[in-house]
Amino acid sequence: MSIILLVEQVLNGLQFGVMLFLMAAGLTLIFGVMGLINLAHGSLYMIGAFAAAATAAATGSFVLALMASLVAAAAAGALVELTVIRRLYDRDHLDQVLATFALILIFSEGTRWIFGSFPLFLEVPDYLSGSVTLPGGIEYPRYRLTIIMIGLAIAAGLFALIAKTRLGIQIRAGESDREMIGALGVNIARLYTLVFALGAALAGFAGALIGAIQSVQVGMGEPVLILAFVVIVIGGIGSIKGALVGAILVGLTDTLGGFLLPHLFATFMDASAAMSVGSALAAMSIYILMAGVLLVRPTGLFGGK
Amino acid sequence: MRRETLLNVAVLLGLLVVPLWAWASDAPFIITLATKVVILAIAGIGLNLALGLGGLVSLGHAAFFGVGGYAMGILASHAQSYTPLMEWPLLIEGTKSMPVIWLLAAVTGALAALVIGALSLRTTGVYFIMITLAFGQMFYYFAISWPAYGGEDGLPIYVRNGFPGLDTLDPIQYFALCFGVMCLVLLFVARLAASAFGLALSGARQNAERVQAVGLVPYRLYLVAFTLSGAITGLSGALYADLNRFVSPTMFSWQMSGEIMIFVILGGVGRLFGPVVGATLFIVLEHLLGGISEFWHIYLGALLLIVVLFARGGLIGLLAGREVAHD
Repeated sequence: MSIILLVEQVLNGLQFGVMLFLMAAGLTLIFGVMGLINLAHGSLYMIGAFAAAATAAATGSFVLALMASLVAAAAAGALVELTVIRRLYDRDHLDQVLATFALILIFSEGTRWIFGSFPLFLEVPDYLSGSVTLPGGIEYPRYRLTIIMIGLAIAAGLFALIAKTRLGIQIRAGESDREMIGALGVNIARLYTLVFALGAALAGFAGALIGAIQSVQVGMGEPVLILAFVVIVIGGIGSIKGALVGAILVGLTDTLGGFLLPHLFATFMDASAAMSVGSALAAMSIYILMAGVLLVRPTGLFGGK
Repeated sequence: MRRETLLNVAVLLGLLVVPLWAWASDAPFIITLATKVVILAIAGIGLNLALGLGGLVSLGHAAFFGVGGYAMGILASHAQSYTPLMEWPLLIEGTKSMPVIWLLAAVTGALAALVIGALSLRTTGVYFIMITLAFGQMFYYFAISWPAYGGEDGLPIYVRNGFPGLDTLDPIQYFALCFGVMCLVLLFVARLAASAFGLALSGARQNAERVQAVGLVPYRLYLVAFTLSGAITGLSGALYADLNRFVSPTMFSWQMSGEIMIFVILGGVGRLFGPVVGATLFIVLEHLLGGISEFWHIYLGALLLIVVLFARGGLIGLLAGREVAHD
C-alpha cells in the first residue's frame, strides 16, 4: 500500500462526499424550512441524470447537458411541489413518507417507460477526460478533480446564499418561525416552491455529474438518497454546515473503509478471508459511524436542541 | 357486532375459502398467491404493532424480514450440505425442521430489532424514519458483500423444510400452516393490544409526556414493542423464504420496507386486520395490474397517493367507518 494510492483514495472520498453534500443540502433545507421528509429526492437526482444523458445524446454538448439537468430537475421539483408536496406540509411524517414513496414509484416506472430498462451513458467530454499530475507526482482523473472543485464551489455559493441574500434571510427566518414570516408579508407559498426547486436542482445536478462516472439508470437515486439521510443524521437536520461535514465524513469513511479494512485484516488473516471480512465490514462502516454519532449526540453533530 | 369485526370475519373466511376452492379446482398457482398474501400479512402485522400501536414509523422492517429469511437459509443450507454451522465452542448443526427455524427466525429478528431500536429510539420523528431506513440498507449491503451464503446471488434451498405430520411441499398444506401461524399471530397481537402493556403503549403514542408522568418510561415501551414487532416480521421472513425456497439480499431492500408499510397503510393503520386486508389488496393488484402493464408500479403509486391524500384510514377505514376501537 503506497502513499500515492492512499492520497488517491482520499480524493475519491472527497469527490463522493461533495456529491453527497449536493443531495443532503437540498434535503436538509427542505426539512428545515418546510418540515418535510422527501423520499422522492432520489428521483430528482435520477431525473437530472436522464435529462443530461438525453441532452448530451441530442446535442453532444456536456455543458448543455449539465444545464438541462438543472432545469429539468428544478422544473420537476416545482411541479411536484405545486401538485402534491404542498398538501403534505400539515400532515404527519407517515403521510409524507408514503406520498413521497408513491412519487418514487411513479417517477421510476415513468422513466423506465420513457427510456427503457437499459442504462444510458453520459460521456465525459474530451477537455475533462484524461488525468492531471498533482504535486508529489500523483496522477488523478481530471473529471473527478473537476467534480470536487464544482462541489466545493457550490457549497461556498450555498453558504453565501444563506448568509447574504434576501432569499437566504427568508430561508433562515422560515426555519425558526414559519407563521411569523408569513405575517411579515413574505409569500410563503412562493418561498416553499423556490426552496423545493432549489433542492431539486442541486440533486439533479449531482445526478448528472455522477451519471458521467457511473451509468444512468432507473433506481440510481435511492441508494444515494439513503446515504444522504445518513449524512443528515450525522450532521444534524436543517444545518447546511452539518450536511457538508457529514457528507465529507461519510464519503471518506466509505471510500477509505473499502480500501483500508481489507488491508488491515490481511495483516493477521489470510488474504481471501481478509478480503471478505474486510469488504463486509466496509459495507457497514458508515452505518457504524452513524450509530456512533447517535450514541454521543442523538441530534447530530450540528443539530439544535 | 361492529362493522369492523364483521369485516374481519369476512376477510378471514375469504382468505380461507379462495385457496380451498382453488384446491378443489386444481389451481395451485392461486394457492401459492394466497400463501404469499398470508405471509406478507404477517410481516405487516409485525410492522403494525410498532407503527399502529406505538406510532413508530419504521422504514427499515425489511431488515427483520431478511434476517428471518437468512436464519432459515443458513440453517437449511447447513442441513442440506451436512456441514455443522459451528463446531466450537459447541457443536451446532443445521436443521430442516420448521418449528426450530421459526423460533430462531423470531429470536434473531427480535435481536436485530432490539439493537436497531435501542439506537434509533434515542431519536424521534423524522430522524427515526431516516435511521431505520439506513440500518435496513446496512443489512442489505452486508448481505451483498458477505460471500459465505451466496452474496449477491442469493441462496437456494432445494427442498422445503419439514413440519411434523405435514407434507409441506403440498401447496394447500403449506398454506394451511401459514394461515394457522397468521391466526396465532393475530390472536397474540389482539391480546397484547388489550393488555396493560398495549394500553400503556397506546398511551405513549398519543401523549408520551402524560405516560411519563404516570411513572412509565416511554423509551422502554417503544423498545419492547419494536422488538416484538421485529420478531413477528422475522418469523414471516422465514415463512417467505420457505415459500420461495430461496433467500436473497432483495429481502433486505428498502423497496421491501416500503411494501410492508404499504400493506399496513392500504388496509388501515392501527387496525388489527389492516395488514391482512392491505396485503390481499396489494397482491391482487400486483396480479391484475401486472397482467395489464409491466409498468404497474405507476398505478400502485397513483393509488397510494390517492389513499394518502384523500382516503386516510385505508380500506378498512372506508368500509367500516372512522372510529378505531382503542382510540
